[in-house]
Amino acid sequence: MGGTPTPLPVPDPGPMAQSPGPHPGPEPGPSGTGQREYPKQAIFGKDAVFAAMPWNEAIAALGELAIDAKWARQELTLTVARESIAAACRAVQAAGYHFFEDLTAVDWYPQEPRMQLSYHILSLELKQRVRLAVLLDSADLTVDSITGVWPSANFYEREVFDLFGVKFAGHPGLTRIMMPPDWNGHPLRKDYPVEGYR
Amino acid sequence: MAPVAAPDMIVPGIDDVIADAKQHGTGGAGEHSMVLNMGPQHPSTHGVLRLVLEIDGESVVSLAPDIGYLHTGIEKTCEAKFYQQVVPLTDRIDYLCPMTNTLCYCLAVEKLLEIEVPERAEVLRVLLNELTRIQSHLVWLGTHAMDIGALTVFLYCFREREEILRIFEALSGQRMMTSYFRIGGIALEPPLGFAEWVQRLLNDLPEKIQEYENLLTANPIWMGRIKGVGYLSKEDAIALGVTGPPARASGIDWDLRRDMPYSGYERYKFAVPISTDGDVWARYVVRMQEMRESVNICQQALDLFTSMPATRLTANAPKIVLPDREQMKTQMESLIHHFKIVTEGFAVPAGEVFQAIESPRGEMGYYVVSDGTAKPYRVHMRNPSFATLQALETMCKGRLLADVVAVIGSIDIVLGEIDR
Repeated sequence: MGGTPTPLPVPDPGPMAQSPGPHPGPEPGPSGTGQREYPKQAIFGKDAVFAAMPWNEAIAALGELAIDAKWARQELTLTVARESIAAACRAVQAAGYHFFEDLTAVDWYPQEPRMQLSYHILSLELKQRVRLAVLLDSADLTVDSITGVWPSANFYEREVFDLFGVKFAGHPGLTRIMMPPDWNGHPLRKDYPVEGYR
Repeated sequence: MAPVAAPDMIVPGIDDVIADAKQHGTGGAGEHSMVLNMGPQHPSTHGVLRLVLEIDGESVVSLAPDIGYLHTGIEKTCEAKFYQQVVPLTDRIDYLCPMTNTLCYCLAVEKLLEIEVPERAEVLRVLLNELTRIQSHLVWLGTHAMDIGALTVFLYCFREREEILRIFEALSGQRMMTSYFRIGGIALEPPLGFAEWVQRLLNDLPEKIQEYENLLTANPIWMGRIKGVGYLSKEDAIALGVTGPPARASGIDWDLRRDMPYSGYERYKFAVPISTDGDVWARYVVRMQEMRESVNICQQALDLFTSMPATRLTANAPKIVLPDREQMKTQMESLIHHFKIVTEGFAVPAGEVFQAIESPRGEMGYYVVSDGTAKPYRVHMRNPSFATLQALETMCKGRLLADVVAVIGSIDIVLGEIDR
């Protein structure tokens, strides 16, 4: 008893790794430099985009499935058919784009096809992003769910269903997420009234 | 894979939510389990998050988050505003890092317009963004510690946060909803004495961060509550879309500031702290270390900013950026531009962009679609908390109910940005 109190032992704060540094990024092209140069100008159309950068991993993976392509503002957009979105997601996942970032819709009302779904998928190794687009006619706003490929798409698909009314076949629990469960209509559609009384 | 017939729209009531919670249970609990409603008005849910928990005794069998209580339709509102009028809306999405939201939106529209921001404005944007990150992490630390029972830390954290908010107020006139960044640059020149003020703050901060660590890091109660709790593996983190500090605490070596630099982040030298523990403790350690790195970036940005000649903080784009007041009052051209921008907005070339930046909570992305008019056709925000919330069940399953509170604190969610 007495004397100075012994201080509490300071425990080891645990392993604290420092990052080994940035990812090395994509390998240079097979025949030296200059192979992986991104075009400065915007390119439209599947053939033109595929001819301009055949070395791109997403393009190589979606050679069969893509029906249209766009390279604009240094961003790659590949349009796939409605039936093949899950297959396209698996293909880009196998090509290294393994991080699902975002899914949302754009309502082009009154144009047809009305609904554009935009899937943003990132590759942590390649440090690249690819946008997969699916166009849906207003007659049948249904598309396959990709929750089997990325479970993180769950909330995003519920959000698109809630706010745009697009149905995702095979989703484990497609219910409203933002609006109250008894809400009528889909607020982010362009024909949803923004004034007046309900 | 042939498309399956879509289920008709389900309108769930509270009974359905409970049935759903039971249905998603692990099955081992059986009749011993009970369903517990937590929130939306609960002090530890950091806003209005509602959780429906199925518990067996004290352990969590399943958990379902119910969100949407703060849904204000910001994405819809954006479609009715001119591009420059969207800036104040972006502040209000994530009220703990308004500058980060505004920066992300401005970068996206600048990418659509293909205009370059002056280097001086970029440096100031980085400086303020890192200050925002520090103040956001201070709120996280204070509330996280308070949830677990360490009240003192909260008061200490808000002391420093207040100082940062005073700087924001001096810059923009607002403590939180600053709207200080504009499309094409920055709204106002910083006030006199700004650099000295920030320098004083940066001199103090490392010592203060050490002070918080002294209160918590070696505290046996703190360690007992958070070590080994809320484990998230690297594979689960990728599968569930987790980004930012929770992902780095699970061993994902990814930081957009370093790996896909924006706004001139390639100019600064900083380390990206990672950990492979994947628990609440690792998230705490990573965020504390991140605050130190942010102080480091702030210092480099401040040195760069003070050494630059005092040039304009806006891009040379008179049809997009509002003219200086002085010019507007003396030059006819400037007056016309001012009038046109305010009354008609400016047309943005048709196209779509996705711009992602590293917010204090993870990857924040703005998807802006233009149809060539002065109002955005569609603005969508990819918010880190929205994705991270999906991982909550994985982190809490099989753990004690009290651990849920620690885990919610550790993922640092802001309901304003989840619901938008």
